[in-house]
Amino acid sequence: MTGKKKRPAVRPEKGTQRNIPGKPSEKQSERAKKRYSHTVFKDWCKKCGICSSFCPKNVIGQDEHGGPVFERPEDCIGCRFCELHCPDFAITVQELGPDTVGDV
Amino acid sequence: MPKEITKLIHKYLRHDKKFPHVWCPGCGNGVILGSLIRAIDRLGLTKDEIVLASGIGCSGRMPVYVDFNTLHTTHGRALTFATGIKLAKPSLTVITVMGDGDATAIGGNHFIHAARRNVNLTAIIINNQIYGMTGGQFSPTTPYGSHAATAPYGHIEHAFSIAELAVTAGAAFVGRGTVYHVQILDKLIKAAVLKRGFSVVEIISNCHIQFGRRNEMGNPVTMMEWMRDNSVTVEKAEKMPSEDLEDKFTIGILADEEKPIYTEEYDKIRERAGD
Repeated sequence: MTGKKKRPAVRPEKGTQRNIPGKPSEKQSERAKKRYSHTVFKDWCKKCGICSSFCPKNVIGQDEHGGPVFERPEDCIGCRFCELHCPDFAITVQELGPDTVGDV
Repeated sequence: MPKEITKLIHKYLRHDKKFPHVWCPGCGNGVILGSLIRAIDRLGLTKDEIVLASGIGCSGRMPVYVDFNTLHTTHGRALTFATGIKLAKPSLTVITVMGDGDATAIGGNHFIHAARRNVNLTAIIINNQIYGMTGGQFSPTTPYGSHAATAPYGHIEHAFSIAELAVTAGAAFVGRGTVYHVQILDKLIKAAVLKRGFSVVEIISNCHIQFGRRNEMGNPVTMMEWMRDNSVTVEKAEKMPSEDLEDKFTIGILADEEKPIYTEEYDKIRERAGD
């Protein structure tokens, strides 16, 4: 027994904002969040699956042949594991400036 | 860390060669090539100041792809060619890339004596625990009990530890890294190239086709997970009890000492002899 009471999960209703102490406000996190663009050079990719298997944020999925697909680029934290471990130099991760508009 | 890693690598590749490279999908050799290029770029050396020599095997293809002064030599003799280059032109930065069989079996004597002589070279030894190119025969580093094409019922010989062999043979700098721990590997290669004296970097790599498939690690991901779970950094290993460290290998700098360098000693001899 841990002696800790499990707190009932309180979920804010849809559409409402809630300030969590210690966490950056939405405005702050918006400013701090960096965005990245990802390019796969398909001619060189051998579909080994290293990038999609080790991505810490599960940004990369696989297509039907096992090739990488950047499914959730907005979750990318820019660790560059995929770029560093790609044996075929087929992935490029680029940090986007704050002025970039549109989808990443 | 540079902002665009892949762009940097392309600066050093010979794009007129056949790409994608010859290695199997997920092969550690590609990761090591990237790491070597990043390390050299960080050192600020130009392409003409570097000589990259290799022997035979999968690792032997590495100099083909990079735009340095390159040599693809005979089996096990990368270090002998490199020693010759270094003695003829000590201003060059000479790096050799060898596989585990190339360095410790066919070129085993060259390896220990290059370490003993302390020629100012860098030896990068890719240890994938098997002869990959020739079809998966066991090499001097194939672990006891594992399977290979020539050991279908389990290997009965015991494995060399390349890094520890290098320390004993007298190398000035010895490091061990893996292809999973790429950032540590970048630093190790950079430190090894900078080191004045014979420096060895043993890199645990994955041959999932010839070694992994026969040992229940049939893809690069399981082999990299094995590296992640079975390696301990030197700093951590010091604090761990020795029974926890059985079956595990240490990564990081294993030896680093200052010794007189062969080329400099040779110059002194020539002076003494009144050349």
